[in-house]
Amino acid sequence: MARITAGVATSHVPAIGAALDTGRSAEAYWKPLFAGYEFSKQWVAKQKPDVIVLVYNDHASAFSLDIVPTFAIGCAASFQPADEGWGPRAVPVVEGHPELASHIAQSVIQQDFDLTIINRMDVDHGLTVPLSLMFGQPERWPVCVIPLAVNVVLYPPPSGRRCFELGRAIRRAVEACDEDLNVQVWGTGGMSHQLQGPRAGLINREWDNRWLDQLIADPAALAQMPHIEYLREAGSEGVELVMWLIMRGALDSKVRTVHRFYHVPASNTAVGHVILENET
Amino acid sequence: MALDKPYSDIPGTVIFDADQARKGYHLNQFCMSLMKAENRARFKRGERAYVDEWPMSEEQKRAVLARDFNRMIELGGNIYFLSKLFSTNGKSFQHTAATMTGMTQEAYATMMLNGGRSPEGNRRVGESPAPECSGKERK
Repeated sequence: MARITAGVATSHVPAIGAALDTGRSAEAYWKPLFAGYEFSKQWVAKQKPDVIVLVYNDHASAFSLDIVPTFAIGCAASFQPADEGWGPRAVPVVEGHPELASHIAQSVIQQDFDLTIINRMDVDHGLTVPLSLMFGQPERWPVCVIPLAVNVVLYPPPSGRRCFELGRAIRRAVEACDEDLNVQVWGTGGMSHQLQGPRAGLINREWDNRWLDQLIADPAALAQMPHIEYLREAGSEGVELVMWLIMRGALDSKVRTVHRFYHVPASNTAVGHVILENET
Repeated sequence: MALDKPYSDIPGTVIFDADQARKGYHLNQFCMSLMKAENRARFKRGERAYVDEWPMSEEQKRAVLARDFNRMIELGGNIYFLSKLFSTNGKSFQHTAATMTGMTQEAYATMMLNGGRSPEGNRRVGESPAPECSGKERK
């Protein structure tokens, strides 16, 4: 039987990818950031997940304003890194898992979540930066990835509650799959940041850390937080954090925190990172 | 009934909602076109001619040519779409964010290194700033 063993959450700042791709990760600015992922690389190498359901948002790369799906699942066999305006990142092609992706799609739609099914899509930094942070710079990614794209660009994104419930539905879907697969769910984006307007550069360290505490200890209550609190306290782009609740919803209510890291800044952004394991 | 917009009193912030997206449709789609290398080259060869191919308002076109990102956002642009435009010029998110705050690149980068812009005094229009407070004491 397929099972969800762990969840990972991390910010997905594009400058982190650029720092890696241009060989600047040892520079004083970036060193403390990458140090926060050293444990994570060793951990994931030991865990050897077969599949990652990678929750992220597309940043106007695969989806223009012509079509804006709230939740979209990638069912393709592979996904190319997107050209976001400076050429595609020189990272491996992302291999999908069409069988499990289609199984999840069918199962969660039957649980009242109307996912959009995507059979052709390029993936941008939102998906590839977390892979780089966790796996470094391999020839090929050592895992299959099911992209789950959430709209957090065109307001309103789905509510935290809806995201949390989707995570629970994904868990039920995975556990109903007969194949023997070690599955992780990753939530990406956040933490506090604002990229636009005179308020750009907003960071709220205390709020971020309280949010992390609650994500671990009482996610069902955290899922009730309205969007306006994210916008006010964590910046206009901080609302990406609702995606972490999908990851959290897919785990047990009690989890083991095996790693937690917080760092300011990466470019304009507060970087948060946690690894949570199911106890069962 | 009008849409509920509890976010309209956040200072220095435009939320990219349905109204903004409607205003900015062509501006944002123009930005998307710059994801192709051949379009970037054509845009760089003649910016005015390129923007004239898009049914944007004259105001939007001027904001694009002037790289006035605050104005583009006011006119319905969204930062992730606009990123294709500044990436075409080899500029980063941090560079562009700094131009929107009116700070120098250096001052902005230093602010970020020092922990970023405090939320104190920045949550609501008219809120009195509390520079002594570290952000611990929220309302």
